[in-house]
This record gives sequence, C-alpha cells and structure tokens, in this order.
Amino acid sequence: MENFLQQLVNGLTLGSIYGLIAIGYTMVFGIIGMVNFAHGDVFMLSAFIALIIFLALTQLLGLASMPVAFLIVLVAAMAFTALWNWAIERVAYRPLRGSFRLAPLISAIGMSIFLSNFVQVVQGPRNKPVPPMFTDLIHLTDGPLGVTMSYKQILIMAVTAALLLGFWFVVQKTALGRAQRACEQDRKMASLLGVDVDRTISLTFVIGAALAAVAGTLYMLYYGVVNFTDGFTPGVKAFTAAVLGGIGSLPGAVIGGLLIGLIETFWSAYFSSDYKDVAAFSVLAVTLIFMPSGLLGRPEVEKV
Amino acid sequence: MAAPLDQKRPDLSRALVDAGFAALVTFGLSFPILALRTEQDMQNRLIVEPRWSWSVIAVMVVFCARLLAGLLSDWRARALAIPGALIAVFGAHMGVTQALTHGAGITALGLALLIGAFALDARLRDAPAPVAAPRAERADRSRLISMAGLAALFLFPFVMLAWLGPQGSLKWINNYGVQILIYVMLGWGLNIVVGLAGLLDLGYVAFYAVGAYTYALLSTTFGLSFWICLPLAGVLAAFWGVILGFPVLRLRGDYLAIVTLAFGEIIRVVLINWTDFSNGYAGISSIPRVTFFGVPFTAADDGFAAMLGLEFTPIHRTIFLYFLILCLALLTNVVTLRLRALPIGRAWEALREDEIACRSLGVNTVNTKLTAFALGAMFGGFAGAFFAVRQNFVSPESFTFIESATILAIVVLGGMGSQIGVALAAVAMIGGTEILRELDFLKQIFGESFDPAQYRMLIFGLAMVVMMIWKPRGLISSRTPSIFLKKRTAVAGSLVREGRG
Repeated sequence: MENFLQQLVNGLTLGSIYGLIAIGYTMVFGIIGMVNFAHGDVFMLSAFIALIIFLALTQLLGLASMPVAFLIVLVAAMAFTALWNWAIERVAYRPLRGSFRLAPLISAIGMSIFLSNFVQVVQGPRNKPVPPMFTDLIHLTDGPLGVTMSYKQILIMAVTAALLLGFWFVVQKTALGRAQRACEQDRKMASLLGVDVDRTISLTFVIGAALAAVAGTLYMLYYGVVNFTDGFTPGVKAFTAAVLGGIGSLPGAVIGGLLIGLIETFWSAYFSSDYKDVAAFSVLAVTLIFMPSGLLGRPEVEKV
Repeated sequence: MAAPLDQKRPDLSRALVDAGFAALVTFGLSFPILALRTEQDMQNRLIVEPRWSWSVIAVMVVFCARLLAGLLSDWRARALAIPGALIAVFGAHMGVTQALTHGAGITALGLALLIGAFALDARLRDAPAPVAAPRAERADRSRLISMAGLAALFLFPFVMLAWLGPQGSLKWINNYGVQILIYVMLGWGLNIVVGLAGLLDLGYVAFYAVGAYTYALLSTTFGLSFWICLPLAGVLAAFWGVILGFPVLRLRGDYLAIVTLAFGEIIRVVLINWTDFSNGYAGISSIPRVTFFGVPFTAADDGFAAMLGLEFTPIHRTIFLYFLILCLALLTNVVTLRLRALPIGRAWEALREDEIACRSLGVNTVNTKLTAFALGAMFGGFAGAFFAVRQNFVSPESFTFIESATILAIVVLGGMGSQIGVALAAVAMIGGTEILRELDFLKQIFGESFDPAQYRMLIFGLAMVVMMIWKPRGLISSRTPSIFLKKRTAVAGSLVREGRG
C-alpha cells in the first residue's frame, strides 16, 4: 500500500510534466491540424534556457534565495521559449500554411533535428548536471517504508495546477481564448468574422511554448540533469498522451499526460523499468483500437 | 505577380526597419542559449561563461541577410548577395585580426559578388516576366532519360574504378553509391504505403530492423545463407506489417501516425532490452559477409578473385554489393510500377484520394490497406537484410526514429508517389549529408578547433525545412495516371490528395 501511494506521488509528478507538454501538441493540432514534431525539442531547449538562466543568476549575479531564483527562471524561460517558438512558427510553418498536409510535418521534423543539433553545437554534447534544489522531504506516513514527498514534487504539482488554472482561464474567458476556439472550429469562418487568424495561430504557438517551458524548468529541477537528446522521448510520450486523451481536447491532454505518467511509474515499480516505454505505447494502441478518437476526443465526422 | 510596379521597388527605410526587427528577435533568441555557455569545471561543477561574440555575430548575420533580402527583389540576386556580403565581411575580419594575406582578396571577391547581385537584380526587375516555354512531348524523352540513367547507374562503379583505382573509388562506390541506393530502395518501399495508399507511416524503420535482424540471427545461429534469408526477411517483415496493420486499420491520419511511431519505438526498445534474443545495445557482430552466390570474396584460392583470375582487392565485394542493392531497388521499382497498373494499385490510389468513395464503390478497404502495409514492409525487410550483410553488424542504434523521419522526408520531398522524384530526393538528402563529411577544408579557414562534422545534422535539419518551404509538393509534383481515356497526360500535383490514412 505504501509503495502504491509512493508511486502514485511519483507518477503524478511525471504526469504533470507530460501533461504540460501535451497541451502544446494538442493546441497546435486543434488549430492547424499539424503534428508539431519540434515541440519535444522546444521543451528540451526550454530546459537548457532555464538551466543557463539559473546558473547566470546564481553565479554571475550572486542571487542566493532559491525561491526567488526559481520564480525568475520560470518566467524568463517561458518568455524566451515563447520567442523561440514564435520565430520557429514564423520561419518554418507559416510559409506552408494552406499547403498540403505532410509539408508542415516534414518541416517540423527538420526543425526538431535542427534544434537538438543546434543545442548540441552551442552547449556541448555532455550531460549538464544541475545543483540539487528543494530537496527536503515531507513524510506522509511513518515507518521505514513511509511515503515521502519531496518539496520538488510538491512544487511541480503546485506550479502545474496553478498554470493549468491560468491557462484554462485564458482559453475560456478571454478574447484570445475565444478567438482561438473559433479558429479551431472553423478557420475560414473565424477570419470572415474579423478574427486575425495568423495572430491567433502565433499566440497558440507562444502559449504552447510557454507551457512547455514550465515543463522544461520543472524537468530540469526534478531530474537534475539535462542533455540535448532529452527532447525526443518526453516529446513522443507527450504526443502519445495528447492522442490518448483525444487530440484537440485540452482536458484530454492533461488527463492523458497524467495517465501516461502513472502507467510508466507503476510499470517500472511493479514490473520492469526496461519496458516502461513499451507499456505506455501498448496502452495507447489498445485504447485507440477500442476508442479510435481517444478518451475525450470528438469522433471525426466526415461529410461527403 | 500582379503587384503594382512601385511596390516591387525596394524601399531602404522599410528594409532597414525590417532588418532591425529581425536582428532584435535574433538577439532575443540568442541571448541565453548562445551568449552564455555552460561548461564543467575541474570540480565537475557546471559553470556558465559569457560568450557574447557568438550572439553578436548571429545578430549581424541576420541583420545583413535580412537587409539585403529587403533591398533585392529577386531570389536569385538574394542568393548571390547574401553569401557575397558574408564573404566580404569575413575576409575583412580575417585581414584585420589575423593579418591574413588573402584577406583583401576575399573581401574583394565578396564585394564583387555583392555588386553583381545588385546589377543582376536591377536587370531582372526591369526585364519582362519570362514566358514559360511550351512543354515538349514528354513521354519519349522521359523514357530516354530513364534508360540513360539506368545505363549510367550500371556503369558507375566501373567508371569510378577506372578513374580513381581500387583505393580511391571505394569511398565513392560505398559511401555514395551503396548508401544512396539503400535509401532509394527504402524510399520506394515507403512510397507504396505513404505515396500510393496514403497511409502515414512514421515507423517504417521497424520493418528495416526486422529484415536486418532476420538475416543477422538466422545466419549467425543457423548458418543460413544470404540468399535463403533474403526472402525470409521479406516475408517476416511483411508478416509484421500485417500484425501492425490489423489494429490500426480503423485509425485515420495522425492517429495512424502515432501508432506506427509507437510501433517503431516498441521494436527498438525490445531489441535493446531483450538481450537473450538480440544481444541488446551491443548488437550482433560478425555476421557472415556477402558471397558471390557461394564464392567468398577472399584472397584464398577458392575466392572470387582467384576464380576469375583477378588480383584480389576488397573493392570486388563492394561492387557486388552495389549491384545487389541496385537490383533490389530496381525490383522494388518494377513491382511498384506494375502493381500500379493492377486493380490493387488503383485501389491504393483511390483509397488515398477518397476513402468513403472507395467504400461506397465496393473496394475492400481492409485488404487494400493491409496489402499496402505488407508490401511496403516486405521491401523494407529486403533492404534490412541487405543492410545487415553490408555492415556485418547490426545494433538497435541503427533503427532510430531519425531513420524513419529521413525516409519519410525522402518520400515527401520526392513528391509522394513519384518514383523518379523519390530517387532524386534520396540522392539530394543522403548524398548531401555524405558531402558534408568532406568539409575538412573549412578547418583551414575557421581554425583547427572547428569541427565540421558537428554541423552535419544541423545542416541536414535546416535543409529539410528549406526544401519543404521551397517545394512543398516535392521535387516532382505531377503524376502520370495509371489509367486514362485516350491520351496519357500528366496530372498536376495540386490536384492529387495527400496521405490522410
């Protein structure tokens, strides 16, 4: 039982990170119907940006207070990653808008290869270890096998929850969110009704990147090490999560992320960690066989 | 372009504002990741060092390029001017800082290019738009071209051998000839699935892996020869294609893409972790080499060279491998072309165009999709067996997602369904990355610490983006219909639907 609770805590932490990345996939897919393959690498880039800013703050500027540093790192990583994704959309995807469907996909794959190799060239191929932060533990139950929760985990879940709330507010209540949902339903109609479609799509990429940057910062904090290859596997897992939850559906992405995180953690704990990826992908395949449009996705109705 | 003439005239102030904005964005992009470098110090702690010069260079390059692009209206002039400006600045920099004697010469060359570009732009701007030349009768010509191409392919190793000798030609036949032909074959195999049937497959490398491991395991454990393993590899890969095909038949588009991607990853993870079966990361080594239908390519008395009375060199094996993959690739091509004329091939293309119409007209979509998957997988399996016999070594490292992505990029860049387009795209992408290995001369310019190999994949990724933007529909975007009323005419690519799954 204690092991179960402990794994639940670990799984939810991992799932929060996946969920944050998955939102970026699902939003972009919802609005322009494109699988943004570079999103995993944008996440990796954001982890590097967070790492560099953290080091610059603590070493060059001599900031000693961890919570303040974390807050600055989070905001700065969100801003810089958002700028990156904005530029990527502008350069690599916008010229292909309205072109045939696989063209942006290939462009995104090229961008993904570019980003990971770019980071390798400018920051070096080695693992980058981060000094540990927020390592204190809280004992939820007593005993030698007691369930513990580190400050890191609490921080990750709290930040994820807060940002998801903020994000939900933006999508549901603001003009931008309305424009975004309108574009998702019918881009042509939205533009006829005065929605600036290009701007909305740009902002979608910006929001997706900001959430990925949150995930990147938390990932760096949680694992304590980043590498230029770290984009691919979390990216694919998050994409899997988005599809599992029903691609295009925002709550679906979060639920899918949490599910994938839990599946992976429980599989590693009870069976073997070697095959945790196989477990996650198999669950996806089985789910799709019985629910072809994911857990919360709308079934695709094709009009003739 | 129907734009008014005065809009075509470049405007200095607008170009300046535009370039300034781009430079500002570049500074923002480069600030944390480029301007600060993380490095491990003696105590293995990570420290950060400022490196502003890189950021400044990036900003300057973007500013100049953007400014020139704004001032020049024709893309040819831009393509001339931007490298020209870079060369000029670089030459001046070298001349001043390192007292390089060629500095002035390089600067002059760059300036000449720059001036030439402006002159070209002025001329092109005033010139009337060129009228498209009427298309000649293409059927005869394309047949002639393909025959000539085929002859060139068959002669290629001998020409290389005669020209560069056994030592010098090895690299060209192996790294360029064989390597490119493997991707041509993989591209043609995937073209059946993506280009003809319109099913987006992101895990094609799994079948390649199945073929490679089939030969590797059967030959090392049971001692079976390559010629027995080759069909077995194809059959097993096709079998896996059907296994994968069944559950995903109901899925459409991107759901299909993620499941195929997941399948590719599952195969790779299993190969890594199931050590008893596949020897894990270490892979399987000392796989038997290819033989000339039983005659080994060795210096021994019963070897190939002794049998034909030639002097032994390892190039014989390479040339044999070249012809082997050439024949396999041509087999893929011929089978695909013939199948296109059969009802099943037409059903694939009909499925790509409209699945609902297909169903209403009584096409069995299940069988159609499964055959496409199985046949595509079979050719992937053949290519995999060839890969194993060529390398004598297989490991899961060779079957990553990047491979699938490269093959898919070749298919899409080639123009989805065009056989010759796929071959051209394979030459461009694989040949291009191989050429990037040869950039050692850049060390003389940028100094010894500059390692061009690092930039290979970087340029590869960037080239993928640029080529897609340049030709979103692929190199050869027109199609020749497999069935026609009276006269065979090419169909523009924009009239053809894409792979939707």
